[in-house]
Amino acid sequence: MSANLEKILKQGMQALAETKDLNQLDQVRVTYLGKKGAFTLQMKELGKLDPDQRRSVGQVINEAKGKFQLKLEETRATMQQVLLEARLASESIDVTLPGRGQSVAGLHPVTITLRRISKIFANVGFKVVEGPEIEDDYHNFEALNIPAHHPARAMHDTFYFDAHTVLRTHTSPVQIRAMEAQEPPLRVIAPGRVYRCDSDVTHTPMFHQVEGFLVDTDVSFADLKGVVFEFLRAFFEKDIPVRFRPSYFPFTEPSAEVDIECVMCEGKGCRVCGHTGWLEVMGCGMIHPEVFKSVEINSDKYTGFAFGMGVERLAMLRYGINDLRMFFDNDLKFLEQFN
Amino acid sequence: MQISEAWLRELVNPPVSTEELVEQLTMAGLEVDSIEPAAAEFSGVVVAEVISIEQHSNADKLKVCQVAVGETEPLQIVCGANNVRVGLKIPAALIGAVLPGDFKIKKSKLRGELSLGMLCSEKELGLAPDADGLMELSAEAPVGTDIREYLSLNDSIIELDLTPNRADCLSLEGIAREVAVLNKMNWAFVEFIPVEVCNDSVVNVTVEAKEECPRYLGRLIKNVNSTAETPLWMQERLRRSGLRSLGPIVDVTNYVLLELGQPLHAFDAEKLTGSITVRVSDKNEELALLNDQTVKLDGVALVIADDKQPLALAGVMGGKPSSVTGETKDIFLECAFFTPIKIAGKARQFGLHTDSSHRFERGVDFTLQERAIERATQLIIDISGGSAGPISKDLTEETLPQIQPVDLRLKRIEKVLGISMANEEVIRIFEGLGMQVETVSNGWRITPPGYRFDIAIEADLLEEIGRIYGYNNLPNSSLLMRSELGKAEEALLPLERIEDMLVDRGYQEVITYSFVDESIEQAIVPDDEFIRLKNPISSELSVMRTTLWCGLLNAALYNTKRQQTRVRLFETGLRFLNTNNGMIQQKMISGLVLGNRYSEKWSESTNKVDFFDLKGDLEALFHLVNCNVQFTAGNHSALHPGQSAEIFTEEGEKIGILGMLHPTLEKKLGFETQVYLFELDQDLLCKRNIPKFKVLSKFPSVRRDMALIVKEKISIDDIIKCIHFCKEDKIKNVLVFDIYRGEGVEKGYKSVGLGLTLQDMEQTLTETEIDAIFTSVLERLNINIKAKLRE
Repeated sequence: MSANLEKILKQGMQALAETKDLNQLDQVRVTYLGKKGAFTLQMKELGKLDPDQRRSVGQVINEAKGKFQLKLEETRATMQQVLLEARLASESIDVTLPGRGQSVAGLHPVTITLRRISKIFANVGFKVVEGPEIEDDYHNFEALNIPAHHPARAMHDTFYFDAHTVLRTHTSPVQIRAMEAQEPPLRVIAPGRVYRCDSDVTHTPMFHQVEGFLVDTDVSFADLKGVVFEFLRAFFEKDIPVRFRPSYFPFTEPSAEVDIECVMCEGKGCRVCGHTGWLEVMGCGMIHPEVFKSVEINSDKYTGFAFGMGVERLAMLRYGINDLRMFFDNDLKFLEQFN
Repeated sequence: MQISEAWLRELVNPPVSTEELVEQLTMAGLEVDSIEPAAAEFSGVVVAEVISIEQHSNADKLKVCQVAVGETEPLQIVCGANNVRVGLKIPAALIGAVLPGDFKIKKSKLRGELSLGMLCSEKELGLAPDADGLMELSAEAPVGTDIREYLSLNDSIIELDLTPNRADCLSLEGIAREVAVLNKMNWAFVEFIPVEVCNDSVVNVTVEAKEECPRYLGRLIKNVNSTAETPLWMQERLRRSGLRSLGPIVDVTNYVLLELGQPLHAFDAEKLTGSITVRVSDKNEELALLNDQTVKLDGVALVIADDKQPLALAGVMGGKPSSVTGETKDIFLECAFFTPIKIAGKARQFGLHTDSSHRFERGVDFTLQERAIERATQLIIDISGGSAGPISKDLTEETLPQIQPVDLRLKRIEKVLGISMANEEVIRIFEGLGMQVETVSNGWRITPPGYRFDIAIEADLLEEIGRIYGYNNLPNSSLLMRSELGKAEEALLPLERIEDMLVDRGYQEVITYSFVDESIEQAIVPDDEFIRLKNPISSELSVMRTTLWCGLLNAALYNTKRQQTRVRLFETGLRFLNTNNGMIQQKMISGLVLGNRYSEKWSESTNKVDFFDLKGDLEALFHLVNCNVQFTAGNHSALHPGQSAEIFTEEGEKIGILGMLHPTLEKKLGFETQVYLFELDQDLLCKRNIPKFKVLSKFPSVRRDMALIVKEKISIDDIIKCIHFCKEDKIKNVLVFDIYRGEGVEKGYKSVGLGLTLQDMEQTLTETEIDAIFTSVLERLNINIKAKLRE
């Protein structure tokens, strides 16, 4: 290698070692490898040599240039790595800080419960139907076999607008409206608000019920029991003991109250279940022939069952809520627990 | 209905424990509410007799008694009661006795005198809340007998919550009948020997109201001792049934009411004038009742009257002036049947509810009156002596309930209950329940007894079978659901989707009452006609809401008062409008926001929420239903006039409103920050446009921006409508990217930055074409709304 080439290489290597950033590095590259760069000029000088020498000298120059290039690339890679590391370091964040944007809220526990109930029944083909809340006496009472002065009326604590108009005391009038509107077979679920003129620790003047009924040929009490059992198991998501107890509703015959084993004490007896080990969760029965008569359904051909349940009660049992009135205080601290 | 278990077991005594008995009753439809012991726990108390009494030498009020307790020697017991006297039989607690409240009796000295026990009052034994002396036992009480045994205190009080159809179980006999059927055994019908008629005095009875009172029986009993003491066993049975002892005559009528289920009433015969009439009251007649309430009669209520005046509210309560007292010598005993449907509601009308009205409204056995009056007569004469006159009566056969046999078809048992049952078992059940059974070709013909008012149709008989067989023993079947393809209505967005989006955008669902405070409602919507409840719970819950805002504002206030600074709420439900075309119940969805735009966080500035946040949320909802709605400036009494909008569908139907709560209301209601509200019609909102495919252009689109100067009063909507008015189909989109006021723009004007996206279906647009469209749009803007390009 000529002294000159050696000097170029040495200077080049020196220059590379002294570069501080990629800009400088590029300048150095141009100085040595550019069109007028030191190595390029050396190569151009080759033309002046004999053809014999050209090859060997050329090889030497290429070797020197190769060494320089290798170093150049190494330096570049190191610099890029340093830069990347610096960037990564500067961009580090505290990932434990909360995320940005709108917070998500939730549905009211009554709505959550209503949706679950409706879904369980909708899965087997029950249709969700709604009805008016200001209801006439006929649909709320008469058509349900509760004539004026019937003792059952006293149990209802009705809100009145006038002698014939009431706030519905139960969701059962939807049963009448649905049967008036459509011929059997019928499979209907009717959720909604109901009203009773009663307000204390365990009563609010407004609450929610779900009424369900099924009318078809050959529907028996056994079918009712089957549906109720399966529903309660689906709702509570466990194999919960259930019992049927004879009771009385003017619009069903036979009628039953359905009790589940107390979910608080598992049947041992506690304050919630009044030390009986059982909790009343719904009323039900076979639709009364008088009800069928009022909607002109032939009760010899068709039979049917109906059931009704209090949504707040089911929600309280499901979530362990101990005060009914909290549902309508709408305290965000309460509601947010169900989000 | 509250009963003594021991009394019940006297009529029917199945080999089951109290718990099992109670379970049987509950599961047969006679729900047991509670079981309480008849007396508190105590022990070591016996029947004792006072043999001698000496004054205590050191205490004026104490006496030193020698008391026989059945041991060889009498015991010395010091006593302070006023009624202690020689020969008196009383309960004595011996040394080692434990009285209620874990009170242990020990040997003690009272002011120097030895006392080896304690003589007890009813209060000390936990039998009564108060007592003014020792409990006096009958002279026949056997000395030395354990008092619990003597008074049958090892008994339970069973409280039944009976459904209104089971009036037949409002008596011991009725419950015994049920228990017997459930245990497949017989029960002991109450037997007695009717007393002989000893005189021929009568009070004539006439029933004018024959529909209401088909049967009325009465009899005079003369020379009764109305101060005689009711025997202890009867007092105890009454007590355990929740009734106080009120003298022998009233006690007997109450006893028969409990035993047989027949209400009776006794009048002081000397206070009656002439004969007895059962009639409808006259208007303006007054009657002073036993409970010291004076009722004004209305010409509808049924009364028992003599020749002068009404004496009693029939089937409800007797009158004070004619009532039996300690001075009464002769009584007139009445026993009637009143038609349930005719008597229903009469007591409630006067704010009354009695054991008697409770039974008559639900139905008393109409064949029972003769037996009941004989039973009461016998008991009265046993206790108070006297001589009974003949029974006078007025009977109207035609108005008595007509018993109709009901047919039960064999196959119906299977169809409705899902079981088959042997003929003998069907007969056993119905006969056990007191019904007559006749076997007919395809089943049975069953005639209910006079006490079953709830057996009228076949389903009623099926319930009886199911009840006695046991609902829990009936099969469960998994209903084979005849399946049908579900609908997937695309043109109707489920409300759930809307609710979910609101929840996802930070709105918490609330549920508020549908009736609201009229004064708040009045402040929000002064022009609305409210639907008013006749019997509201309170004035705060007296009118039906015409908007869901009232409840939302209340719920927001409840929370801001509890340190919540950021509130986002929504509710779904009906509103109730009183319109000229009648009442409307309309499904709405409403919301409220106040406070910071985002919950307070390191990453967000604490900007307050504003109109456009709310509008953005609503636009997201409309996007769900693929609906191009129009917002126009609105004016609603509850909203800020400059920050409220009405929302219309493409077809021009009003979907709803949104805006800022009017500052006056904000202050009046007690908010400390701006509140934004919206309310939408659910039905209109959920109507979804099913998407229709449009061909896409294969050619590139271009965007051209323009900055327009327009007068302040020109709305963005005006500008965009004007551009669309050009009917230039190559304009695919117009967007507002800037609004500027200030330097360079004259006061009263604003600069609006618009971005127009242009595209053609057939070709790439040339510059010349683009310029031509741009120019034509500008011209139109200039003509229609005087808009100019900003220099």
